[in-house]
Amino acid sequence: MSTDHHKQSFLTKYIWSTDHKIIGLQYGITSLVWLLFGFSLMMIMRYQLAYPESPIPFIGALIGDGGILPSEMYNSLGAMHGTIMIFLGVVPLAFGAFGNYFVPLQIGAIDMAFPKLNAASYWMYFVGSVIMAVGFFVPGGAANSGWTSYPPLADIATTGQTVWLLGMVMLITSSLLGSINILVTVIQLRTDGMTWMKLPIFVWTQFITAFLLLLAFPPLEAASVLQLMDRLAGTSFFMPSGLVVSGEVMTNAGGGSPLLWQHLFWFLAHPEVYVLILPAFGIITEIIANNTRKPIWGYKALVYAMVFLGFMSFIVWAHHMYITGMGTTIGAFFQTTTMIISIPSVVILTALLLSLWGGSIRFNTPMLFALGFIPMFGIGGLTGLPLGLAAADIHLHDTYYVIGHFHYVVAPGTIFALFAGIYYWFPKMTGKRTNETLGKLHFFFSLIFMNGVFMPMFVQGLAGVSRRLWDGGQSYAHAADVLYLNEVMSVSAWLLGLAQIFFIVNMIISLFGKKTGEKNPWEATTLDWTDTTSPPLGHGNFEIVPTVYRGPYEYSVPGDEQGFTPQSKKV
Amino acid sequence: MDIPYTVKNRPDTGLYNGKLGIWLFLASEVMLFGGLFSAYIFLRTGVEQWPTGSEYLDIPLATLNTLFLITSSVTMVMSWASLKLNDFKKFKIYSGVTLLLALAFLIVKYFEYTHKFHVGYLPSTNNFLGIYFTMTGLHVLHIIGGMIVIFYFWIPGAKMWKEDPEQFTNRIEIVGLYWHFVDLVWIFLFPVLYLL
Amino acid sequence: MSELTPEQVKHHIKTYVLVFVSLAFLTVVTVAISYLDLGVVEGVVLALIVASIKGSLVACYFMHLIDEKITIYWTLIATLVAFLILIFVPLSTMLAQAKI
Repeated sequence: MSTDHHKQSFLTKYIWSTDHKIIGLQYGITSLVWLLFGFSLMMIMRYQLAYPESPIPFIGALIGDGGILPSEMYNSLGAMHGTIMIFLGVVPLAFGAFGNYFVPLQIGAIDMAFPKLNAASYWMYFVGSVIMAVGFFVPGGAANSGWTSYPPLADIATTGQTVWLLGMVMLITSSLLGSINILVTVIQLRTDGMTWMKLPIFVWTQFITAFLLLLAFPPLEAASVLQLMDRLAGTSFFMPSGLVVSGEVMTNAGGGSPLLWQHLFWFLAHPEVYVLILPAFGIITEIIANNTRKPIWGYKALVYAMVFLGFMSFIVWAHHMYITGMGTTIGAFFQTTTMIISIPSVVILTALLLSLWGGSIRFNTPMLFALGFIPMFGIGGLTGLPLGLAAADIHLHDTYYVIGHFHYVVAPGTIFALFAGIYYWFPKMTGKRTNETLGKLHFFFSLIFMNGVFMPMFVQGLAGVSRRLWDGGQSYAHAADVLYLNEVMSVSAWLLGLAQIFFIVNMIISLFGKKTGEKNPWEATTLDWTDTTSPPLGHGNFEIVPTVYRGPYEYSVPGDEQGFTPQSKKV
Repeated sequence: MDIPYTVKNRPDTGLYNGKLGIWLFLASEVMLFGGLFSAYIFLRTGVEQWPTGSEYLDIPLATLNTLFLITSSVTMVMSWASLKLNDFKKFKIYSGVTLLLALAFLIVKYFEYTHKFHVGYLPSTNNFLGIYFTMTGLHVLHIIGGMIVIFYFWIPGAKMWKEDPEQFTNRIEIVGLYWHFVDLVWIFLFPVLYLL
Repeated sequence: MSELTPEQVKHHIKTYVLVFVSLAFLTVVTVAISYLDLGVVEGVVLALIVASIKGSLVACYFMHLIDEKITIYWTLIATLVAFLILIFVPLSTMLAQAKI
């Protein structure tokens, strides 16, 4: 029972808070701002791609040189778009925000295991993101060697790259502390009766994600230290011997290997993509169960598939490196593991699809995003298969096909799931409802324009148009027939941006709306809905800490008049 | 309301939260140093010529340093054992000796580094020196971090022994686990860099 | 470890001293081996074996791994697998390249 109602200053209660819900909101707001900013960078790039060497409207005055986007700046926007969307946007939102807010609630815990460490993780993320922002203001601009920062280019790139590396070290450390917190919380703070196989799938996904982050991020931190040494101390970890840049022979000692960076980078960056998708699977599962009014099909299959996926994610990374000349045996090894890893993804998507069968489907906004997720992630996954096969990858590597593939998985994939989660849990966090009309408009227009942006990329990629080209392929004969698609994609991107206004307006007016007084408007079964107020109590979450008696998706149980049986309802 | 299992063990896992937390942290540290060891192996096997440790490094001095660190591990675990036996005075002595041995390690490293800079051996000279300075440098940062925490519990934080001896003992156990890990890294770093 | 009795702790202390002596001895062994004229592969393998024994002693007795709980064991097994992948897979791509 929470009895300490000591007066807290505004700073202690809202800024330096150690309450997982406040920290979750801090992560959420910061990451949404970054997502918008990162998306804006892309909208600028797409202007250059659609109308090469035309002055950029609105911000052209800031750029100088007639307002035309210089190629170096284009590269900076590209590298920072990727970095920001992944490390400052999606992961902090999916893991930092949703994880922090809802894992303790769903397992019946009064907070995370280490509340002060939790606050520290958030502020490290904040500082790391400020450092990344600083990159835009240093001479030479922000990092411009791709979000992948490959040496030798990244080794000799402008100052912004050093800032990027320092930002990454901070962000990685923040992430590690957050992972430790989630892992200890789930292992140690599950309430009575909450056994592993009664956990909501959302909690499972957060748990596995935490493990991936814990073990996969440190090698990138090591690599970042090595690249910082190359750039600041003149070492040659990634600089090969005899390198000549713009006619000048490089004077460092040499003997290094650019491939070393690639291995250490992708050792993280491959598990990272599963970090991007697993929380999304978790959110979608909650919403599908809730809006079909029946248990999820294949709970055990989902758990085992996700654990297997997590394990496999550590041994596929060199499928990003097929063309580096690693030899056919090793190539075949990675091709095999990559093909195998597609299996658990299919199991998961199938389980979600089959969960719809015979369901009493409610088409509210969160469910629409969840339903949209399924085919969109399907396209993303299927288009990954040719990339996983080394022979096909030779033609598709570093083309727009790759960009299309991964954006389908992350954008109408993960980001749709994150929107779904926001709409689903908004009533829990605020005690208010969002506007369904605006929500549906947000969904339909986003769905249409996401496809408008990313589907043509497969066409361009198959034609051989390379990625990261400032001129969008203009100077290449093989791109001539598909160049017209640049304008199509750009217009879709800008309309997609406009469609987000429905979301922003919805959030603002709903936040100022009236409290409904409803604790569990979606009639959900999990502890976050059934045993907490909306919003949950400030200190300790629960009036009475619940005990769990059954699984997480007991909907439409015969004999239950309500139509759903909460996990904590006594037998 | 207090968070459960901060001091008492959770029955099914048999652990208190901090113990699990520090082991998870150490797991990530294994991967951090693992990344650097992997880099070392990759760089060394990628070239025909690679110097032996004795060409650039002082083996007797480093052997002494190894013994300093191993001894500090013993004194660290003894400081925890003293608390289990309710001997706060012995805890203070053993903690103090641990700090002294760590300081000795740092001083030796200081002399090693400055001597190298003096004769023109820099991280940029070649990749052997590059990886030597980077790996031992990161290790030194971990030693300093450990020393700060040990010092905190030796003086300013020691008053917790009076308020909550069980939690204080657990915290020393956790610090000890970190410290032994730092020793463990050196146990591998020493032969790899100095002797091979 | 909060369940240990003072007698058990005293017994542990005896173990700590034994381990310390072993570690000091093995350190001398490590250095001595380096003065032998061994091939690269033998040298590496031997050095790693001795280091692994020393490391295991620190882990099992100073870090009390020998009577730790299964959750910790699972964590470390997962870590070990990831560590071995990180060490050996990039190396194997490098060696495969060298053969071409």
